Amino acid sequence: MRVALFVTCVNDTLYPRTGRAVVRLLERLGVDVAFPGDQTCCGQMHYNTGYPGEAAALARGFARTFDGYDAVVVPSGSCAGMVRDNYPRLAARDPALKAALAPVLPNVYDLSELLVDVLGVTDVGAYFPHRVTYHPTCHSLRLLKLGDKPLRLLRAVRGLELAELEGADECCGFGGTFAVKNPAISAAMCADKMRHVADTGAEVLCAADNSCLMHIGGALSRQRAGIRTMHLAEILASTEETAEVPAPSGRRA
Amino acid sequence: MSTHLGMPAFPARAAAESANAQLRHNLRKATHTIRDKRAAVVDELSDWAELRAAGAAIKDRTLLDLDTHLERLEAAFTAAGGHVHWAADADEANRIVTGLVQATGSDEVVKVKSMATQEIGLNEALEKAGIRAYETDLAELIVQLGHDEPSHILVPAIHRNRSEIREIFLREMADWGRPAPPDLTDEPRALAEAARLHLRERFLRTKVAVSGANFAVAETGTLVVLESEGNGRMCLTLPQTLISVVGIEKLVPTWRDLEVFLQLLPRSSTGERMNPYTSMWTGAAAGDGPRDVHLVLLDNGRTDTLADEVGRQALRCIRCSACMNVCPVYERAGGHAYGSVYPGPIGAILTPQLRGMSTPLDASLPYASSLCGACYEVCPVAIDIPEVLVHLRARAAAGPGHAAERLGMRAAGWVFNRPARLAAAQRAAGAFRGLISRRRLPGPGAAWTDTRDVPEVPAESFRSWWRRERS
Amino acid sequence: MSSRDIILRRIRVALGPDRAPTPLDHAAAAPAGDAAAPAGDAAPDRDPGADGRDSGVPVPRDYLRTHVSSGVPELLAEHLRDYRAIVHEAPMADVAAVVAGALRERGVRRLVVPHGLPDAWLAGIVVGSAASASASGSASASASGSVPGSATSDSAVGSASSGAPAVERLTDDPSLTPAELDAADGVITGCAVAIAETGTIVLDAGPGQGRRALTLVPDYHLCVVLPDQIVASVPEAVSRLRPDRPLTWVSGPSATSDIELDRVEGVHGPRTLEVVLVH
Repeated sequence: MRVALFVTCVNDTLYPRTGRAVVRLLERLGVDVAFPGDQTCCGQMHYNTGYPGEAAALARGFARTFDGYDAVVVPSGSCAGMVRDNYPRLAARDPALKAALAPVLPNVYDLSELLVDVLGVTDVGAYFPHRVTYHPTCHSLRLLKLGDKPLRLLRAVRGLELAELEGADECCGFGGTFAVKNPAISAAMCADKMRHVADTGAEVLCAADNSCLMHIGGALSRQRAGIRTMHLAEILASTEETAEVPAPSGRRA
Repeated sequence: MSTHLGMPAFPARAAAESANAQLRHNLRKATHTIRDKRAAVVDELSDWAELRAAGAAIKDRTLLDLDTHLERLEAAFTAAGGHVHWAADADEANRIVTGLVQATGSDEVVKVKSMATQEIGLNEALEKAGIRAYETDLAELIVQLGHDEPSHILVPAIHRNRSEIREIFLREMADWGRPAPPDLTDEPRALAEAARLHLRERFLRTKVAVSGANFAVAETGTLVVLESEGNGRMCLTLPQTLISVVGIEKLVPTWRDLEVFLQLLPRSSTGERMNPYTSMWTGAAAGDGPRDVHLVLLDNGRTDTLADEVGRQALRCIRCSACMNVCPVYERAGGHAYGSVYPGPIGAILTPQLRGMSTPLDASLPYASSLCGACYEVCPVAIDIPEVLVHLRARAAAGPGHAAERLGMRAAGWVFNRPARLAAAQRAAGAFRGLISRRRLPGPGAAWTDTRDVPEVPAESFRSWWRRERS
Repeated sequence: MSSRDIILRRIRVALGPDRAPTPLDHAAAAPAGDAAAPAGDAAPDRDPGADGRDSGVPVPRDYLRTHVSSGVPELLAEHLRDYRAIVHEAPMADVAAVVAGALRERGVRRLVVPHGLPDAWLAGIVVGSAASASASGSASASASGSVPGSATSDSAVGSASSGAPAVERLTDDPSLTPAELDAADGVITGCAVAIAETGTIVLDAGPGQGRRALTLVPDYHLCVVLPDQIVASVPEAVSRLRPDRPLTWVSGPSATSDIELDRVEGVHGPRTLEVVLVH
């Protein structure tokens, strides 16, 4: 099966390590991974900030770029949510866009959906001997409804000790431009999330969305909390051979 | 509601409120208590999703033929001996109610908690006409005695704790009627008893009551009020004149529709299987309750809201307040930050539609959300609040004060629309990464780096790596 | 132009020409309250989907009619107790005794009795009246200092033994004033419907229930529920009730959670709700 990776602009620019982990993981599972070079951004920032026109232009580009693959994998809950949940809204009054998206949207998956629902695996042969806690992130939880799929994948990782996160389903306060437009409330939400993360005693905070991790990780780094952030893909890609040591929070080039 | 003019925008108000540790503690405790209760009683009903879908559909059916249903309601209410009045805006509604009270010769009214009358500022309008309005819901009484503003739809005094309430009662009750007992403790039971005694004689004496309604059944002309304390029943039953101010979106088409909402509302609102008291009346009942029954149908921005095909779903709202009880922004900002009688997520989409977005406060409300979606998940009539927030942001972005942002978004769009431009931008960022401080960003980014570091820009983007390794 | 016309015009402009046309047939719009027999299942013709007058938004009615199929009276008792009502379960033959016991336990001397309440329910008490209040005055006086519950020392529960204090029966004809109601110790009623799933009693001002104020002002409400008045669910209750009557749905005693979300029973309505479920 031929799977196109939509790495997302944030991962492409700031977290290439996550993209490389997705490629390593999927190829280990025998998947033929393609990276269509015309991809850029899903338009979530534009859409959520009130610029649907700019977002629609990017949706058209997405439809062109990802047509013709068996599946499109997105290692970002909020970008996958943008594509699946908001592209249809953008296309509601745009028949051409609607037609262009129609063959593509049903094949768009978040990473854990691709693994669990399409490939049918929960044990991906990973090894990661660390105490980890998982933040589900709002869009993974409520737009994609990932449920416990990421947790099932993490539980199957050898050596990994999973710590339950209190108030896991509460927003970390990132919200894209929310963090900049309402910094005080965003910081208060982040502080509570950080406290819960610290209470788990975990070495690593894991999520399926680097935007939220950038937010929480940036605060953990400022506080010198000693807790690292890692995308789910990086933990699942980890094996005895690679034995990657998690980088300190925020320093993950 | 006119008091919002000249108010600072939401971010500044929220920042100030969130610095109040006592307030945040009160709010956190209260919202988490109700949200847990709600979750427990919603889980009892295996058909909650079907009830929710029916509730949303009934409201949409109402809204898409609102003119027809209003005329039917008017006919049925009138046939049952009631009087119907129409108010295009707040001023007109206040004039109508003031006139009706004056016609009775009374200079005081008792009030059942009502969002519509708060929205139009009825108490203040009555006061100008020399009529004193007594709030009778315990929380509204606390707010009124404390010269305060409500901060929650269901529990308007949620920001006050027991010792603050005791102080307010001791200080203020004597000015309004029967004083609080001097040995009043801060036990909730003792405070409720003080309220009971304070209001009892007033209920038995007052000739005019003002209420809202949770539902108005177009088919039968029936008005419905849900409450807990019995103050509603007192007001709806004992006076001779009853004036109900009801937003035109409160209609449901048929009597049968109540079977849906009487399951959805109590469980979503107070987290109970059923609230202690629900009153239903159709016009004036012979020998039972008020002889003179009035219904004031209020527009006040609702028809403007109806005109927006995306935004109109906000008119489905049945004022349960479940959305604010799960909202992480409300929990930290408090109700007052929203500058409206409708706080929280529903307020963030309702207020800018009812009032327009001409003030900095109202234009900032659609941004008072991280779009986490918890509100949509619990809404019993499936209002997609994040969708409406984003829709209203687009309206705000087209307005004043967004020039720099518009420019930035266009520039980002220009970069993203050509992969080569994105690659060039990434190379530039990689080249200059040593110059970017992780602890101090310029411009709007400073709001980020006040409390968080920014990630280090890697030397090589993913696409650059892929090209090098794979092609 | 009147405000009525302005609002209706604004609505028509807001909705535009695209909404589904509304047929002008208002013949089916008669209030459901005219229905002759309120009992039975919900009349499907009340569904706006069936009468074709509306916008055509379909209302999916695939929610459950009830959530329980058996044990309905038991569920009613459980849910009434959940919200702090005092509940007795008794066969019809024992209603008078249970009522008498409850009133004595409570120390009720002045009882509001609505028109149409079955006399049999009060057969267990010594009835005084406003006119005979002086005759029973000595009994009242002797008990006036007692605290609720002390009267249970009377072994003949429910019997009209001469040792039991007389209860003054306050009827609403002519209408009792709010002050007279306020001076009463309690009220006894029947009901129209009781809903098991929610622990709710619905009063419709019918025989044995009286006007709404009677069950509101006194601090104590004793309600007798007959077996055929019990329904499982809210939809079943709505289909039985008539909107042309003033309705009061009661679920437990009055309560507030306005102070730190701490639930306190008893604010303005009766602070005690006691229910006799007849089986």
